[in-house]
Amino acid sequence: MFEASELNIRNHRVERLWGLLFLLMTVLLILPVVVILGVLVYKGGPIISVDFLFTEPKDGMTAGGIFPALVGTIWLVAVALLASVPVGIAAALYLSEYAPDNWLTRIINLAIINLAGVPSIVHALFGVGAFVLFFKFGTSILAASLTLAIMTLPVVIVATRESLQAVPQAFREACWNMGASRWQTIRKVVLPNSISGILTGVILEVSRTAGETAPIMFTGAAFFLPFLPQSVFDQTMAMSLHLFVISTQVPGVPEAMPYGVALVLIGMVLAMNAVSIGFRMYLRGKKKW
Amino acid sequence: MDSQAPAEALAIKTEKLNLWYGTFQALYDIDLDIKRGIITSMIGPSGCGKTTFLRSVNRINERLGYVRTTGSILVLGHDIYGPQVDLGKVREQVGMVFQRPNPLPLSIRENVIFGYRLAKGTQKVSASERDEIVEKALREVLLWDTVKDRLDRRAIDLSLEEQQKLCIARLLPVKPAVLLMDEPCSALDPKGTEAVEELIWELRGEYTILIVTHNMAQARRASEECIFMLLGKVIEHTPTEELFVTPANQETADYIEGRYG
Repeated sequence: MFEASELNIRNHRVERLWGLLFLLMTVLLILPVVVILGVLVYKGGPIISVDFLFTEPKDGMTAGGIFPALVGTIWLVAVALLASVPVGIAAALYLSEYAPDNWLTRIINLAIINLAGVPSIVHALFGVGAFVLFFKFGTSILAASLTLAIMTLPVVIVATRESLQAVPQAFREACWNMGASRWQTIRKVVLPNSISGILTGVILEVSRTAGETAPIMFTGAAFFLPFLPQSVFDQTMAMSLHLFVISTQVPGVPEAMPYGVALVLIGMVLAMNAVSIGFRMYLRGKKKW
Repeated sequence: MDSQAPAEALAIKTEKLNLWYGTFQALYDIDLDIKRGIITSMIGPSGCGKTTFLRSVNRINERLGYVRTTGSILVLGHDIYGPQVDLGKVREQVGMVFQRPNPLPLSIRENVIFGYRLAKGTQKVSASERDEIVEKALREVLLWDTVKDRLDRRAIDLSLEEQQKLCIARLLPVKPAVLLMDEPCSALDPKGTEAVEELIWELRGEYTILIVTHNMAQARRASEECIFMLLGKVIEHTPTEELFVTPANQETADYIEGRYG
């Protein structure tokens, strides 16, 4: 009475087929990653050396290294992080812990979603108007980083809010019931239990801006500037723009060079991801629930 | 709370308390006098407003933005909805225990001292003062002997019964007058239920206890007065024995006999 009927057998076959199809699609995802990394390592790997990383470009950028661009990108990402993290976390705290559910909150949420959808070139123009001209920062690391910060704010807010909402509501209720204010609850219970998620999420999101080109090319990144920046008011070279420049704007660049730059850029982003994931694993081990 | 307040015989007094969730009215003209130092239980079918009432007595309901309350609630003779009232102070005086034990993700010790630290504000709590308070509170809830060697361990690793006792213990250091308990035993096994009921019985006298329960047997054996609620109204409020033996009201009689609920 429990033997499989024709219909059961057919169902099993269809079931397996769909499973395989979905698996195939998932595996296809890996393919571009592997190919991109493979090509970069194969073509750009040989040019990578200590000299390449730590010297200035020479001979109209057709020789030498990428040191100023490397340092410039680190500056840009670091300053963008410093600007967007406090604002983003504060906004997320308001939206998650304080805001009542009313029309204002809904408009703010809508604005965040729309801000995330603004094309990066539009952010670039906004950055020129606001930071370079209006606030008179000039084309500088500060202006470029603030543009990047504005661009990443929505994802910073969303990542933070998700971490905050992962803290069980029962903890908050327990705190409130012992007479804690919202801020005391946040400081003593909510933040200590979500900070690992917040920081890693935020680092992941912001490190992606290392690859952004449009928002920085009018606001602070220089075509060719073989010096290291001394302050946030200097212009700087940046990896992403440098890659664009030597790939399309300068004749006579050896083929390996753009691949090498791209490899270093990807390596930087992956390294930041790895750091943030390691950090998350470390902090998660210390959680108290 | 000012200290010159007369010793009130009533722990909680409500007058014409009405409460709405949005447009839905959950409580209708609740007039209750809950005596000091005894255990009062609230029974009634699901959705009759027991928990809502409990949650108005320490104003935790207000965290939901769409709650509207009229009428008054006096705790020890003081209106807790008055304009000068500080929510933190109200919740020090009126502690709450939940259905599911909800210890904070901290050590056992820090859970017990948490409310005390809040009440102290920026003042430092010395280690000896802390240890004294923690021991006293844990002794009061009959938990000291089981946990005294592992105060630094995570509270979340205790058994549910121990967690619930801890959740009661952490209310005590700020010397509350009233303990509200929302089905405090419903997540526990029979042994845990017995232990927590025993503890609640121990605590009466020093604290006024208002306990919501679904379990009529529990109300009967573990309370001195009993309130029966139905559809947001108080139907009957009498000594427990009277309510179960000679209910004045037909609806009460039907409920305790299990005809609905």
